[in-house]
Amino acid sequence: MTQGRFVRLAEQDRAPLTLHVDGQPVTAMEGDTLMVAMLAAGRVLRTSEFGDGKRAGFCLMAACQDCWVWTEDGSRLRACSTPVSTGLRISTSQPGASWPTAK
Amino acid sequence: MADREVTPRVVVVGAGPAGVRAAQTLLEAGIRPVVIDEAARAGGQIYRRQPANFRRTHQELYGTEAARAQAVHDGFDAIAVAVDYRPDTLVWNIADGQVWTASEQGYATLPYDALILCTGATDRLMPVKGWHYAGAYSLGAAQVALKAQACAIGANVVFMGSGPLLYLVASQYVKAGAKVAAVLDTSPFSNRLRAAVDLIAQPGILADGVALTRALAKAGVPVLTGVTPLEIIGDAENGVNGVRVRLANGTEREFAADAVALGYHLRPETQLADLARCEFAFDAKTRQWLPKRDLDGRASVAGVYLAGDGARILGARSAEVSGRLAALAALADLGRPVDPLTVTHLRRQVASYARFARGLATAFPWPHEQAANLPDEAIVCRCEAVTAGDLRRVVNETGAKEANRAKAFSRVGMGRCQGRYCGHAGAEVIAACANIPVEQVGRLRGQAPVKPLPVAIAPEGEE
Repeated sequence: MTQGRFVRLAEQDRAPLTLHVDGQPVTAMEGDTLMVAMLAAGRVLRTSEFGDGKRAGFCLMAACQDCWVWTEDGSRLRACSTPVSTGLRISTSQPGASWPTAK
Repeated sequence: MADREVTPRVVVVGAGPAGVRAAQTLLEAGIRPVVIDEAARAGGQIYRRQPANFRRTHQELYGTEAARAQAVHDGFDAIAVAVDYRPDTLVWNIADGQVWTASEQGYATLPYDALILCTGATDRLMPVKGWHYAGAYSLGAAQVALKAQACAIGANVVFMGSGPLLYLVASQYVKAGAKVAAVLDTSPFSNRLRAAVDLIAQPGILADGVALTRALAKAGVPVLTGVTPLEIIGDAENGVNGVRVRLANGTEREFAADAVALGYHLRPETQLADLARCEFAFDAKTRQWLPKRDLDGRASVAGVYLAGDGARILGARSAEVSGRLAALAALADLGRPVDPLTVTHLRRQVASYARFARGLATAFPWPHEQAANLPDEAIVCRCEAVTAGDLRRVVNETGAKEANRAKAFSRVGMGRCQGRYCGHAGAEVIAACANIPVEQVGRLRGQAPVKPLPVAIAPEGEE
């Protein structure tokens, strides 16, 4: 398993739950935001559409919109302000979108 | 109810320290305000609350500000049922005397007799080459990760930028057990001595700040001042590996890190004031445009009031006071009795915080000259990867020197953050390139919706 980007420092006795990111199970804890769940387990959230590489969010206060991910049915979520829930199935690229990335 | 007809509707936007105190003041005067907040729990950003199943104490979360945070939280909890509280709700436009909201319940419009904007602030950012890499975060993000989620943004974190929050968040990280690689402040230390004359306006906050800096040094964290950021080292796939800076003595140095927290103090969220057609004025000291307001927070538009850091950056303590003042101004304008002595007393407090803020601006200035020195390949707009070179080309080839015109050609400020993180620096790049004062570049106009609306509730059709 890849080492996560975020480091949990406290509050680690919460109830665990499982969500799926790009089909892979990710273990999170109740009260995690989607962003924390994804970055405690992995290194990035998505790929920039503008050809400049991977992104992992920026402001964590719902202002920059850098942390968009999608549910498998295509709804856009802001990972930093979405609480995780059991059974959540996330796609790090927009389902159905197939435009070429720039550069 | 019969009295509902005659009770004026006062809408408070934001439930941070300013919004909470404004709502309380209105309720005490017999008016039941609507309180709209984008967050799920009241408190705002600096007193942001953790989820209900977290167990850390206020002391652990807010340190020296624990009692104040607790008072704001308790204050709101006590009135949450009495006011018309709408959490998880975005105000995305203000037009035709109405507030336009979006939430999971759908869209709504709400006419108001008085509107108190307590919209808070976000980090003020200066781009640096490599700041688009995964692992580069705003300073506020670093703090939110810790306060609201008990996480550090990385295993080895550099804090780079300037301002009191740089030291506060770095020391909160050390206290929580995170590894801090370095605190790199762009402001020369000598500025603090020049600022002392204003900083003594709030001796308590000043002493807290000095104590924080000492605690960092004691923990063995390198704290360097007068630093020039040159580059965030890393790559597009794996993200941040470190930072490269020029020290005050002219030598270059690298610090290894897997995360960087960047911030140059704060900027107010003024989009809603803009949409409400408030006039703005350029503040030369901080080199930014601020909505005009009188001593009590009255905007240039009748019935609109501005409080807290959303009006100008005076800090959370001042926000509580300016929230009260704005509510009292609204009450007075609605013909309700207001005690003039209370107003005088609150005005004095705000004046003291304003003097302290002037000191902070002297101690930790916005390093605008860095924008002029950005290498052409450095990304200015993180949303759409527009570089400083792209922006300069637009200025040179089209002659666009006004912020909105340059935005139309370059797309800097047109991305999903709507200029929140590139707007100030973009204006400085344009000003330096065109060799004109930054106030002549102007400011990016606020656009509705002020944030992207959820797809699920997007309007079906437009007129």
